[in-house]
Amino acid sequence: MNDFIVNSAYAGVTISLISYALGVYLKKKFKYGFLNPLLLSIVITMVVLLGSGVDYEAYNQGAKYLSWLLTPATVCLAIPLYEQFELLKANFRAVAAGIVSGVLTSLVTVLVLSMLFGFHHQEYVTLLPKSITTAIGMGVSEELGGYVTITVAVIVITGVLGNIFGEMLCKIFRIQEPISRGIALGSSAHAIGTAKAMELGEIEGAMSSLSIAVAGILTVAGASIFASFI
Amino acid sequence: MKYLNQFLIILGISFVGEGLKYLLPLPVPASIYGMGILFAGLMTGIIKLSAIKETGKFLIEIMPVMFVPAGVGLLTSWGLLKPLLFPVSVITVVSLVTVFAVSGRTSQFVIRREKKSGKEDLGNE
Repeated sequence: MNDFIVNSAYAGVTISLISYALGVYLKKKFKYGFLNPLLLSIVITMVVLLGSGVDYEAYNQGAKYLSWLLTPATVCLAIPLYEQFELLKANFRAVAAGIVSGVLTSLVTVLVLSMLFGFHHQEYVTLLPKSITTAIGMGVSEELGGYVTITVAVIVITGVLGNIFGEMLCKIFRIQEPISRGIALGSSAHAIGTAKAMELGEIEGAMSSLSIAVAGILTVAGASIFASFI
Repeated sequence: MKYLNQFLIILGISFVGEGLKYLLPLPVPASIYGMGILFAGLMTGIIKLSAIKETGKFLIEIMPVMFVPAGVGLLTSWGLLKPLLFPVSVITVVSLVTVFAVSGRTSQFVIRREKKSGKEDLGNE
């Protein structure tokens, strides 16, 4: 079985797509917020792999082509940004204030909590880039001397949680402006949060896309300063 | 030919993004350079929206699925994460919620203040 899967280019992609489709179906049918298609898809795929004894490398033989599409897909996030440019210009100050405050909050909460938990430098810098997109976050963690594998794991978990609870958090904190919803999702949960923002609307999606790029770049600069605090 | 050309432009931009990442000593991924290039191209009119629209929207629509392999990859980093599970979980959740609230509320505060002052200006005229 493992042999066949290892040599199959489509097994990983097919499992991922079937479980995602199942997630969408379950979400439509039961309408619970926690029935998030992305989360379900990840969990179902994990269960299938563990149950059938297929290891991650074998699965990823095929599934890596899904990850391969991430770069062109991220490039395309410029489209909603372009379409909503007038709105962005008109709300420039609100957008800038939202993203800058988000980046600072992320760095400060990680600093304060790392101090509380008595983290050493290496553990602390591992978590500093947790709110930004994987590709930038990995670079930051590596540069500052963190555990890159854990950084990636935490970034993915943060994104998935943002994707699942984004709508709920908008309600709890009464964030009603589409622009602000997009900024909150993009600044806190990067590209995975942006996938949710795209579902909420064009404006949300555009603002969230912008937040990934701006928050990512600001964090590169901010994290190098914050790194010296522990 | 439509989809072929659209796919070509998008992948071509991704490739140029990779080139920039190789040339510039910054921790910025190829995708962010590419996003900047496409945005600049659209704004200047060098790239027409119609030249990439359908393929671009398709890629954006299926984007969530592209995160599944990374999520499943947590299986492999579980061993490393396990000893730090409690503090890392607390930090992840607390920082997600506060960043969400602060960035969202801050921008909403500015939007509403500007709307209000806009209305007052109209009233004074």
